[in-house]
Amino acid sequence: MRIVVQEAPFDLGAEAALFAKGCTESGAIVTFTGIVRDVAGGLETMEIEHYPGMTEAALAGIAQEAMTRWALEDALVIHRHGALAPHEMIMMVATAAPHRKDAFEAAEFLMDYLKSRAPFWKREVTSQRAEWVAAKDADEDALKRW
Amino acid sequence: MDVLYFAWVRERIGLPRETVHSEAATVMELVKELRAREDRYAAAFADVSALRVAVDQQLTEFDASLDGVREVAFFPPMTGG
Repeated sequence: MRIVVQEAPFDLGAEAALFAKGCTESGAIVTFTGIVRDVAGGLETMEIEHYPGMTEAALAGIAQEAMTRWALEDALVIHRHGALAPHEMIMMVATAAPHRKDAFEAAEFLMDYLKSRAPFWKREVTSQRAEWVAAKDADEDALKRW
Repeated sequence: MDVLYFAWVRERIGLPRETVHSEAATVMELVKELRAREDRYAAAFADVSALRVAVDQQLTEFDASLDGVREVAFFPPMTGG
């Protein structure tokens, strides 16, 4: 299990390859990548604030829970903070399991929990304004299925 | 104890962290003390249903005890991913 919180960009291909190389018993690897999206138009940067210390602990707790609930060989979470431009990669998760169902489900679980239980806050900055992104009820509801 | 603020809570109060000397037994008692300080605190803590709280870096509820606690953080609902 590897948890990384960093400001710098990451190389999706290299990280996925490194993760796969370490998983010698899995038949399925799922990766998910989150990208900065310009929803309203005119987005200059997406600023991501976090709570150093708690962030790493919360992500490790969520990943550990996924390892316990599904038959995972390994899990990876990389999440960036700081000022990101549209189309930049914000984060990725990877899960490895003997079969794809466990890998897919665990990746969805990781994403659902990471969105509303890891201490990150997004702020959208355009030339006109800067606004904190509001949490969606749907994100909280998504936790109920687990 | 150290009290930390994040996102718009930090902006509204105007600082990221401060040391608070308090005898508050619970998070909610601490919130009431902070609200009474100044308008900017009253504004930030006007509606605690819009806030989340972590005690010693663990998410918790506003009725949580502050006994032996070193760090309390207030912030809006999280928006990671």
